[in-house]
Amino acid sequence: MLQEIPSGLCFILSGILFTIGAIGAIIRRNVIVVFMCIELMLNAVNLVFIAAANALSSMDGSVFVFFIMTVAAVEAAVGLAIFVMVFRLQNTVNAYEVHLLKG
Amino acid sequence: MDMVSFKGIIFIIAALIAVAASVLMATRKNPIHSALWMIVTFFAMAVIYLLLNAQFIAVAQVMVYAGAIMMLILFVIMMVQMEKGGKGDPGETGRSAKTKVAGALITVILFGEMLFGALYYQMTGRSGDYPVAMVNSVGNVRTIGSLLYGQYLFPFEIASILLLVGIVGAVVIAKRKE
Repeated sequence: MLQEIPSGLCFILSGILFTIGAIGAIIRRNVIVVFMCIELMLNAVNLVFIAAANALSSMDGSVFVFFIMTVAAVEAAVGLAIFVMVFRLQNTVNAYEVHLLKG
Repeated sequence: MDMVSFKGIIFIIAALIAVAASVLMATRKNPIHSALWMIVTFFAMAVIYLLLNAQFIAVAQVMVYAGAIMMLILFVIMMVQMEKGGKGDPGETGRSAKTKVAGALITVILFGEMLFGALYYQMTGRSGDYPVAMVNSVGNVRTIGSLLYGQYLFPFEIASILLLVGIVGAVVIAKRKE
């Protein structure tokens, strides 16, 4: 029958996705791929919100995820604009070659 | 039907696709391939949201993430044409390989803690006012809509202002200075 998904499984899946995103953000050098890994981490958090809201029969999880999506969209727009600007100035988007602040 | 239900099978398939696609996303050399695998991950997670009775969020996931954000990322990848391999790829890795390994190890330890927490966590929260049967009889989108335009009206308006600021900020940052 159509029984519910246990929320523990969703938490574990979310932890796996978050870890993959975090490790990707640490080891990759291309800032756009790092950015996508950060989006993946945000998605993992969304999954926890939805799973917990479903288990607690609450609607607030969906509302929170809505706001997280809004923030992620704004972050994408501004962050990608910054990447385009950095590429124009430095001709690279490699995170290790952009070190103007090092002096 | 005894061990795993139909929903369980779909969940396991979607979870495996999501994990595999995200690993591929994090490891591909070509950023375009990374972006395409990311879209696969987002679709798999939309399926999981559907299984968790969050239809509105599933649709928003496909529209906002897989549609808008990944389209933006793909356009930026095409504008910012990557150097074709070579050029600083070898040698550059040796400089901070130890730091990377240390960071990855710490992250794996963190994952172990998360796993421990997920396995032994007993959910003690008070049950909310929206059981699945009641929400499904009204409609998921309708319930979220009345919440967004009622109880959460002020945060909703702030989110719209945030979007406006994001649009203006992106244009101002990316504008070519004459």
